[in-house]
Amino acid sequence: MSEAVRDAPPKSAIDYEAYEKTPKFLHMKGTRNRFVVPLAIFFLVWYIAYVLAAAYLHDFMATPVFGSINVGLLLGLGQFVTTFAITMSYVAFANRKIDPLTEEIRGELEEMEKR
Amino acid sequence: MIALQLLAETVKPTENNPVLNISIFLAFVAVTLIIVIRSGRNNKTAADYYAGGRSFTGTQNGFAIAGDYLSAASFLGIVGAIAVTGYDGFMYSIGFLVAWLVALLLVAELMRNTAKFTMADVLSFRLKQGPVRLAAATTTLAVCFFYLLAQMAGAGGLVSLLLGINDKLGQSIVVTVVGALMIVYVLVGGMKGTTWVQIVKAFLLIIGAFAMTIWVMAINGFSLSNLLDSAVAVSASGVDILAPGLKYGANPLDFVSLALALVLGTAGLPHVLMRFYTVPTAKEARRSVVWAIWLIGAFYIFTLVLGFGAASLVGAETIEAAPGGVNSAAPLLALALGGPLLLGFISAIAFATILAVVAGITITAATSFAHDIYGSVIKKGKGNPDDEVKVARRTVVVIGVLAIAGGIGVQGQNIAFLVALAFAVAASANLPTILYSLFWRRFTTRGAVWSMYGGLSSAILLIVFSPVFSGTDTSMFGAGVDFAVFPLSNPGIVSIPLGFFLGWLGSVTSTTKEDPKLAAEMAVRSLTGHGAEKAVEH
Repeated sequence: MSEAVRDAPPKSAIDYEAYEKTPKFLHMKGTRNRFVVPLAIFFLVWYIAYVLAAAYLHDFMATPVFGSINVGLLLGLGQFVTTFAITMSYVAFANRKIDPLTEEIRGELEEMEKR
Repeated sequence: MIALQLLAETVKPTENNPVLNISIFLAFVAVTLIIVIRSGRNNKTAADYYAGGRSFTGTQNGFAIAGDYLSAASFLGIVGAIAVTGYDGFMYSIGFLVAWLVALLLVAELMRNTAKFTMADVLSFRLKQGPVRLAAATTTLAVCFFYLLAQMAGAGGLVSLLLGINDKLGQSIVVTVVGALMIVYVLVGGMKGTTWVQIVKAFLLIIGAFAMTIWVMAINGFSLSNLLDSAVAVSASGVDILAPGLKYGANPLDFVSLALALVLGTAGLPHVLMRFYTVPTAKEARRSVVWAIWLIGAFYIFTLVLGFGAASLVGAETIEAAPGGVNSAAPLLALALGGPLLLGFISAIAFATILAVVAGITITAATSFAHDIYGSVIKKGKGNPDDEVKVARRTVVVIGVLAIAGGIGVQGQNIAFLVALAFAVAASANLPTILYSLFWRRFTTRGAVWSMYGGLSSAILLIVFSPVFSGTDTSMFGAGVDFAVFPLSNPGIVSIPLGFFLGWLGSVTSTTKEDPKLAAEMAVRSLTGHGAEKAVEH
């Protein structure tokens, strides 16, 4: 069976403009934004700070810390560490906090469409 | 150590074993062809052909994303850059990795929830279909074209290094073989077959890199500091290879510009975006990005060890003098460590990498042409989806032939800038519209069109008027011709803010308002996954 090419989204029984303002949806959206936005700002600022240091502060980056490992290498590996940490914390948050909320909302919307 | 260096110098690539390299590569081709033919049997609908029936698991798709992303430029290029320019090569891999957070936090799940096959599906959800799809397909095809050309040129260069084929005819034949194989993969296997090729390739690549990393660390007593010391000991630049500056020291702003394009470009690369549609739900899309981040992150840590390992065991001078230049660092390190057998294995992986990445880009470009331009702009959405898939298949052949012709045409040209250009266009033309349409209610059709064409044309124009094209010895036209009025080789620092600015300007000056109902529907559906495309049942 082939699916039709969708020109415009199918008309549905749901009044999305009203649904968007329901407390349940706003709660989910707010919870998500309060977690994701600060995290996104943090990693971008931290990455750009690293890039600027690598571009302009060569001597600082070359300062040895232990053995031949210098500040630059530690900051670079630090980018890896924060990337992994942000990934894990986002997944834990999304699985625990967001998925139950969206599942509930999806169920509700499906009920509304059946009516 | 000196003995090893001598070994690397005496065993020139012509003396390495091309028969062995070719046999290992043929074994890979045979195995993947069987997979492609088996998975091609179930290609019935458009969703099967374009999106693999949306039936891959997050883990499988994560491997496939890693396979798509870790191109020959990542593997050979970054190891080589670290071996020759030390720390500056490492900075590349950081941008390539951190970029995935943009995809994970802001793009992947929402895209999966709102669209069907292409980036344009998301953008045209609440904006005017015709102009937005045409613009999105244009930028998609442009990015694919730059990326494809870079990969095919890389194929020619690799051949001379790995198979000992140095004449132009031999290289052209190999480029043709790579292109023809790719066409077969994509025609027969569709997205499902292409995805399996990516998975197999990513697995082999990461295992191979891991084994070499352990080997290099074992030689250095599992101490990173010892490894760095031994690299410094043989380097002509001495301790400078451990700090930034060897490559970008003269023009730090150029590096900042590149770094911006790398971090913002990934989430706008069409072949990466398309991978989010091969999984059944947004949750699986999230899982696939998480797998991709772990695999890609681990791989880039390996390249750090491999790069400094190549610097210490092979030596920067030997690498630069070898056919293939900096790209030969990883293969030469394999030769120094495990002899011809390991070299054969790593070479075969490098070939497989080009093949798989080219296939992934081709199916993306063909889907965008068939679904966005043919299906929605020419047929106005009233065409038959089966015809659309037919058009996609024909497009694959056309793109394949163009890629072969381009790959032969650009041989010997210094076109390393094409990958950076693809990222710059993705970051300046695609990412602004994606983010605006997902997160900014007042974004309009005019904003989208201005941002996409503006980002695309400014990135290309700035490259043309940069030192990449003229004014220096390494320029395409040489030092004799000089129309380089833009001082940077990377346009991102100008074109990315311009793309965002034009999207804003076009929107606030729009006289027509977009439908608030559709905007509300998109907001609800993108965040909840209600009404998202389901997996195909067979």
